[in-house]
Amino acid sequence: MEFSEHIKTANVEDVVLRRPFYQPTKGTLCVTGHHLIFSNRGGDSARPFLLLLRNIDAIEKSVENLLGYSRLFSSTGQSQRPSVSSGTITLKCKDLCVLQLDIPGMEECLNIASSIESLSSLETVSEMYPFFYRPPFLSLQDQWGLSSTEQHYAQMKEIHDGWRVSQVNRDYSVSPSYPPAVIVPHSIDDETLVKAARFRQGGRFPVLCYYHRETGTVIMRSSQPLSGANRKRCREDELLLQAVIDGSELGYIIDTRSSQQAQQARMTGGGFESKSCYRGWKRLHRQLEKGKVLQESLIKLVEACGDQSHSVDRWLSKLENSKWLSHVQTALSTAGLVAECVERDGHSVLVHGSEGTDTSLLVSSLAQLILDPDSRTLAGFLGLLEREWVQAGHPFQQRCAHSAYSHVRLRHEAPVFVLLLDCVWQLARQFPLAMGFSEPLLLRLAKEVYASDYGTFLCNSDQERCVTGVKERTHCLFQSLLRANERQHYSNPLYERTELAIWPSIQPPSLQLWKGLFLQWTDDALHLVEAQKVIQNLVSQCHRPLNEKVENTDG
Amino acid sequence: MFNRNVENVRLIDTVTSRRASVGTLYLTATHTIFVENETEILTETWVLHSLVFSVEKQASTTTGCPLLVRCKNFQVLQFVIPQERDCHDVHVSLLHLSRPEHYEELYCFSYNANSDREDRRKAWDFINLKAEYSRMGLPNHLWKLTPANHHYKVSDTYPADLYVPKSATPPVIMGSSKFRSRGRFPTLSYYYKENHAAICRSSQPLSGFSARCLEDEQMLEAIVRSNPRSDFMYVVDTRPKLNAMANRAAGKGYENEDNYSNIKFHFVGIENIHVMRNSLQKMLEVSEAHFPSMSYFLEGLESSGWLKHIKAVVDAGVFITKAIAEEGISVLVHCSDGWDRTAQVCSVASVLLDPYYRTLKGLMVLIERDWVSFGHKFSHRNNHLNGDPKEVSPVIDQFLECVWQLSEQFPCAFEYNERFLITIHHHVYSCQYGNFIGNNQKERTELGLQEKTHSLWTYLWKNRTDYINPLYRPDHSQTQGVLRPLTAPYCFKFWGALYNRFDRGIHPRQSVMEYLMAIREETQQLEEQLASHEMKILNVEKQQKKSVNLETNMFDRSPAVWASPPSNSSVGLANTPGDYSGLGGFLKSPYQQKEPENSLLILPWPQELRKPTDPDLSTNGDDQESGIAGLSCLSPPNEESAKDPDSDETAYSAA
Repeated sequence: MEFSEHIKTANVEDVVLRRPFYQPTKGTLCVTGHHLIFSNRGGDSARPFLLLLRNIDAIEKSVENLLGYSRLFSSTGQSQRPSVSSGTITLKCKDLCVLQLDIPGMEECLNIASSIESLSSLETVSEMYPFFYRPPFLSLQDQWGLSSTEQHYAQMKEIHDGWRVSQVNRDYSVSPSYPPAVIVPHSIDDETLVKAARFRQGGRFPVLCYYHRETGTVIMRSSQPLSGANRKRCREDELLLQAVIDGSELGYIIDTRSSQQAQQARMTGGGFESKSCYRGWKRLHRQLEKGKVLQESLIKLVEACGDQSHSVDRWLSKLENSKWLSHVQTALSTAGLVAECVERDGHSVLVHGSEGTDTSLLVSSLAQLILDPDSRTLAGFLGLLEREWVQAGHPFQQRCAHSAYSHVRLRHEAPVFVLLLDCVWQLARQFPLAMGFSEPLLLRLAKEVYASDYGTFLCNSDQERCVTGVKERTHCLFQSLLRANERQHYSNPLYERTELAIWPSIQPPSLQLWKGLFLQWTDDALHLVEAQKVIQNLVSQCHRPLNEKVENTDG
Repeated sequence: MFNRNVENVRLIDTVTSRRASVGTLYLTATHTIFVENETEILTETWVLHSLVFSVEKQASTTTGCPLLVRCKNFQVLQFVIPQERDCHDVHVSLLHLSRPEHYEELYCFSYNANSDREDRRKAWDFINLKAEYSRMGLPNHLWKLTPANHHYKVSDTYPADLYVPKSATPPVIMGSSKFRSRGRFPTLSYYYKENHAAICRSSQPLSGFSARCLEDEQMLEAIVRSNPRSDFMYVVDTRPKLNAMANRAAGKGYENEDNYSNIKFHFVGIENIHVMRNSLQKMLEVSEAHFPSMSYFLEGLESSGWLKHIKAVVDAGVFITKAIAEEGISVLVHCSDGWDRTAQVCSVASVLLDPYYRTLKGLMVLIERDWVSFGHKFSHRNNHLNGDPKEVSPVIDQFLECVWQLSEQFPCAFEYNERFLITIHHHVYSCQYGNFIGNNQKERTELGLQEKTHSLWTYLWKNRTDYINPLYRPDHSQTQGVLRPLTAPYCFKFWGALYNRFDRGIHPRQSVMEYLMAIREETQQLEEQLASHEMKILNVEKQQKKSVNLETNMFDRSPAVWASPPSNSSVGLANTPGDYSGLGGFLKSPYQQKEPENSLLILPWPQELRKPTDPDLSTNGDDQESGIAGLSCLSPPNEESAKDPDSDETAYSAA
């Protein structure tokens, strides 16, 4: 296979690996097409350490030629002949772990470094590890993914009167980033949809993402209308939105840009729904950052967390300066607003920004978590991610090409999905009993989205996933997470389903830094993990079995 | 004295400022009481006069005259009184009532917790410092009890019983005490029996620029000798070096390493009481802001310097812990007078060193030893009487926060929970119990507190189930031995549960602790149940040959009490959307009229007039409270409470 071209040195002996929580160990390093494998020299039962090359965000190397000192070394009485030169490779991973490899021999070190560099930046989707990963517990014959639009629709009997599944995008010609099937108002035919799609960026016309049973109102999402500088209109787009609110009522459009940004978008052909054309719809602007701003925020936050200084002032100032928690606050507050419109006011909401592939998805999925108890179960949450992120066309490959350590010039990177996970963590922290899943699931997802054995987060859209054969030749992460033993690991032991909406507090003292993610490689995280185990034991090993026992003896 | 009620007073919800409740304001000799008269279930707010920090009358408006009451437990109440004249009267009365001139006016002298004289007397013996020193292994061949301070003749701010090195003779003690501020000579605070190292404490030496005192030098030499395995000791001055040097000009100062053989001198740089007072004030301003941005909050938190000060205290504790446990070196700690920073640092080090102080009773003992007995000036620092505002400072508050920060880092290592710390904080100010009245042991004895007042410790012990951390594992590796905390800046967090204690919207809406406590209680019930079932089965088997109908009432608990696991979390969910629109209630919601009571003590009607309840239990996290209320009644959430998540009242009425 062509991977071998990239591998200049496949094996090095006597490498010292340094990583968090472990003593430095000496062993053999091996570079393969997709992994770094480090095995202990003693060959004891300890499993070799496996690192997905895709996980490596940045690599730093320093070599030392110790030729001049070799005599000094030999006089210290070392049994082995000392290497005349050595090098150190620092690997900064996308899961924020930092590893160090001390490699004897300058040449080996440079070879390993360059092999890692080229292999970890391979861009061809079909060469990525998920296409080679074949776990025994999954079969390629299984359905890829948890559910399709049609299956999802079939489960929601209550919307069948007003809403239908449209296959208008079955060949991805109407919107390249939409899935083949979407849910739209019953009264709108495919022809109208095609025309409305032409009026929306990337063809992303308004589609249903959530139906609220109690009020009968909905959350929709789309991209921006292409009204442009001369305020073009589109009859079909207006009809579509009118059909949503049935003409009489009020609806809210939550634009995730500031009104100034929306105005400016008209200059480049984008725009917003003007009041005169969309009667009954009230537009609200809430500025959510995305793209470069968000990526830089993550970089600054991770840098702050790695700061070794002991000054509280410096820490708080860096934390503030990163603005990450401000982004969390804005995202939760906008989602809260959407949910409030739906649940408290009883009005439907359309969410969009510009492309409709980032902040719109963030807001619509958080609003659903606030409102919908079904989306708070483990399977429900994964289903939500599948619908609102994978199928809805969040460009994972572009957004997650690099993480916080990379020195590569940024192109499309943005940690929107990580921001979502952080917001979900904040929700779960404020409502520790309301979520069926636990923090380890969020941490696993934060890792998998950057580097994974599974194909779920490959590509940028459903269409690309079909073209590259992801659905036939890789396994689905979500299915794997729902297997019995994994399910137990990722379930929240305290979970007690509540039908109520969970309104998060967005007051600054209520929002905290997600230590589990951003400080997961410090000792601090260890104590918290231990505490989680104690909770798990308390609930599952003491209480529940006892309960059953009592019931049994009662009988 | 003004002693009547004012009608049609409005209580403004300072957190959301969306809603006000109308009711009647009563001023009694001990409490301000606001009785809401609009709702079906009468709700009341009780505020102890001794908890009032400031009363501020603001410019009157068309709707009335606002009166802002800030409390020492961080509750803020804004009343609007229709008549300016009434407001003036309330203002003047409250100022007078909240600033008593004499100890005898304090609440603890009138508070009667329904117990007879003998019980009260016994209750004070619950925490016994003699027992504490013998728990440490004292007196022994290295340390002895000295009668030097009996009748407080050497130092009137020290306790009567003090432990000193065996070799410290009375002349050495007397001489040393003359060379120390307020006669507070070096004496033992904590003895680490594993390796004989000890934490000693004192006040600063009166060294000026060059003065020496042979006896004081001998005293320190005696401390070094009382630790047989080491040949030197650390002297930790908890002040910033600059402050210590400034003190030399006033004839005070710090130990000169050249004069004292075998000491290593060390500054740790904790700021003085004035800096701490201002820092807290700044932090409270930040935490009280309405809908601040994240940046405003973090910048404000930084510029207040509060967490920096907390870290400085913990760092000092860690330094001492390392010296004692790892190096086996004794430490002498002092600041200026040795009753503020010294108390903080010694007690933090004790918590880190000894698992005992991480238990309920251990923390009580520790506060009794390092704070109460060693003369921390509670009445001055906590503003019990109308006194010098410059004497007020959150010194013990910082100690309690240090313990909280540690318990956040080691969730399984502490037997007590956050509520325990908050309750102690509350009563340090409340003057409901006699423990913290006065400034030293001498004063306390003269006041006859043990005869006339109640002890907080027995009250807390009686209610200890409320204060147990369900995650505590005495056998856990985290719990045993010395705690080695990280002190990286990110380990220090804003303690919202204390400083925003009454801004209910800010706290997590469901509490893991409450849930686990309920589970634990249920587990106990289940175990009893199981035992009783098994007994019953056994009996049934035994008696099958005989008659069967003997024990119908083996247990009287109805199955409904335990049959379902805690499933009423939805009741505890009582919460409403925040102000997401940023427009202050721009959305017209039919529910907004019914927002939950914020920061109020809510009690069902008739009981509360009979006895002033302990406000702490009812106000500490009402959401969790309602969750518990739901658990204890264990009825599934009915249609009503599910539909109207706003009404806490439902939860309470159900209970």
